[in-house]
Amino acid sequence: MHTSPDILDAIRAHGQATYPEECCGFLLGHVTAEGNRVVSAWRVENQHADNRTRRYTITPQDYHAADRAARRQGLDVVGFYHSHPDHPARPSATDLAEATFPGYTYMIVSIQNGLAAELTAWSLAPDRSRFDAESIDFLPETTPAS
Amino acid sequence: MTSDLQTQTLTTIHIPTPLRKFTDGQAAVGVQGNTVGEALAHLTEAFPILKQHLFNEQGTLRSFVNIYLGDEDIRYLDGENTLLDANATLSIVPSIAGGCQ
Repeated sequence: MHTSPDILDAIRAHGQATYPEECCGFLLGHVTAEGNRVVSAWRVENQHADNRTRRYTITPQDYHAADRAARRQGLDVVGFYHSHPDHPARPSATDLAEATFPGYTYMIVSIQNGLAAELTAWSLAPDRSRFDAESIDFLPETTPAS
Repeated sequence: MTSDLQTQTLTTIHIPTPLRKFTDGQAAVGVQGNTVGEALAHLTEAFPILKQHLFNEQGTLRSFVNIYLGDEDIRYLDGENTLLDANATLSIVPSIAGGCQ
């Protein structure tokens, strides 16, 4: 997948803001031949009824609203992000059990003691048996000067 | 064209981004059908591979798949028996969940 450093920073900031609870949101952008291209992160509230330090839920109503907002901007929902407070940035068994359609990018940011640590991207295998790691590449126009 | 087809309702179904590779890249598909169930059946007849993504082995919608008629979840209407008016718009809307444990 491709994105820009400011999108990753926005996801890290959201994870730190909701710590010790999990944050969640949408990745908006375009599907391209080179993978999902994320140009915007859309925050939503974690709607899980309880245990929000270990679980997150994005309601269909929030998806529907984000999808319509994305379309108005000429964008699509291409994935989702959430945080793992004091846990590694790796999909859990719950993440796999609750996964939706292969093709979305799932980003996970680990928040350790309130501070953002590793940030990773994943996609569900076509047979739904596992998540495969996706590389996070920067869009050419956003690559930091070396 | 049969009179049946002429009297059936044309519905637009919005397709989630990852499933568009199975609908020839179309973000929205027009199908016939007088109910939500009929419209979904025509959608999966036109694009058979969609069926395994939308329905489980028992033939019911997967637990994370929600169908919206306009802004309303069909679960709060009449489910797949919900009647469609002319030019109705359906959306396939996933529920997203997970967590670190």
